[in-house]
Amino acid sequence: MTVSHHGVHAEGLGKRYGDNWALADVDLDVPTGTVLGLLGHNGAGKTTAVRILSTLARPTTGTATVAGFDVVADPLAVRRSIGVAGQYASVDGLLTARANLELAGRLYHLPRDVVRRRAVELLGRVGLADKAGDLVKTFSGGMRRRLDLAASLMAEPPVLFLDEPTTGLDPQSRSDLWDLLREMVRDGGTLVLTTQYLDEADRLADDIMVLDEGRIAATGSPAELKRRVGGERIEVTAPEASDLEAASSALGGYADGPVSVDDGRLVIPIRTGTRLMEIVRSLDSAGVEATDVQRREPTLDDVFLTLTGSARRAPACPTEGREPDSEEIAA
Amino acid sequence: MIAMTARVRWELSDSLVLARRNLEHVRQIPEKLLDVTFQPLMFVLLFAFVFGGVIDVPGGNYHEYLLGGILVQTLAFGMMGPGTAIATDMQEGIVDRFRSLPMSRSAFVLGHLMAEMAAITLAMVVLSVSGLIVGWRIESDLPHALAAYALLFSFAFSMVWLGMLVGLTVRTPDAVMGVAFLVVFPLTFVSNAFVPAAGLPDGLRQFAEWNPVSAVVAATRELFGNPSAPTASPPWPLEHPVIAALGWCLVIAGISAPLAIRRYRQRTVD
Repeated sequence: MTVSHHGVHAEGLGKRYGDNWALADVDLDVPTGTVLGLLGHNGAGKTTAVRILSTLARPTTGTATVAGFDVVADPLAVRRSIGVAGQYASVDGLLTARANLELAGRLYHLPRDVVRRRAVELLGRVGLADKAGDLVKTFSGGMRRRLDLAASLMAEPPVLFLDEPTTGLDPQSRSDLWDLLREMVRDGGTLVLTTQYLDEADRLADDIMVLDEGRIAATGSPAELKRRVGGERIEVTAPEASDLEAASSALGGYADGPVSVDDGRLVIPIRTGTRLMEIVRSLDSAGVEATDVQRREPTLDDVFLTLTGSARRAPACPTEGREPDSEEIAA
Repeated sequence: MIAMTARVRWELSDSLVLARRNLEHVRQIPEKLLDVTFQPLMFVLLFAFVFGGVIDVPGGNYHEYLLGGILVQTLAFGMMGPGTAIATDMQEGIVDRFRSLPMSRSAFVLGHLMAEMAAITLAMVVLSVSGLIVGWRIESDLPHALAAYALLFSFAFSMVWLGMLVGLTVRTPDAVMGVAFLVVFPLTFVSNAFVPAAGLPDGLRQFAEWNPVSAVVAATRELFGNPSAPTASPPWPLEHPVIAALGWCLVIAGISAPLAIRRYRQRTVD
């Protein structure tokens, strides 16, 4: 089969570990110069997808090409065309920042002078120029991530895979990294990025694929997805279930989607332009004893709630001693 | 043929890049070299001057007897370096970075092998020089001395493979030290490395006589022309120590190398 497609392309991709399908039936298409955001909780199959596409894991089913090369038949050609930055920054703590980049550059078989020049250039670009000679084991998590990203850019690869590049970073480092990624994509790079944050996918991706238990739960542009998921949420916390019910009926008029109760909290997607003050007044006049009322951006949980009608909890933060219960209340 | 040569060159150059990485680690953290410099030196001084006075070697001087033992002991413990280094790499996820790069697959293992052999060479130089200072001499001729070093290299090579196998098998770098003490400690101390095996009680004596370390130590002493405290009817390995030592090296490397490579594949194929 001759494949003339560039960017990233996959059909029927699946990966089984033991009896468990970490990934099943995933088709994806990332045209050159675009960004795909793989959105999902821990264990949704995002990392597995990236590992297969970057030749680190073999698919159990399906085929994939990256930059026109088959990931199984021609992994070396794929590796020449990609940069990978993993969830666990894979940098060498016992080398300096510069030495880490030079090591990657040499293993890409770049000429020596190019390696030196690119290393200095990239250290500047990720804001580590003044740390070039420091041992990486002294670096913070954010600095390691940025160095890892720089290492993945050493060969100026046409396709880049980033697995949760901002997980665990403080807000400032996150937004710095976003700027950096946007800049890269502007230069025509193809990027596959995984994230647990809806806003991150929204800001960076041209297309979003929501993964759930290894399968595609939804795909679309950020605008389409947001249209389905709605905008901001109001969360009302109250000790008594009766208060939450009263709150639900008092606020029904502001709702712009299904209302849910989860873990003693009422979550209502609200129409754009609703003011927090109006909400508080309505609650007060209905006599609801609310301990907390807050407004927030929609999260991945809200995506699942809207798309599947049930809250999907991230396995990383289990609620102790209690089954994740959620019940829907008609708005 | 050309493709083949290009492939070998490619693998060698990638391995060298990775070996240089290990040496760079040493430049950054010089303490890493202690186990191949200061530690063997301490052993030479300790045994030569603390135990040397009380251990009697029939037909020779203890300082001459000692050096073969310490050389081999250092090389046997030399499995810890590669074991810890590989286990650390496996734990830290840097292997994923290497695997996503267009480099030779075997370069990771070969790079470690090269770097460890370089460190072992340094250890042998340190030991030989400190031996010369405390009164050790090569009593044979140049060809025999070269043969002795070649044998020591073969033994180091096989122990580095064993160390890499252990490093690829255990879950944490710390576990390597545990395995090394469990295996290498009895092998080196219940042997003829520091005291003649003939003086050991039954059971221990047989273990010492058939122990690979003893064969390599005896062969080294024979090739250097150093005293070896012969007994009336030595068991086969000590009667033909050079053949026995080479045999042991072949066995250790022959088992460890393929297993280590297989283990590396298993742990990186997914």
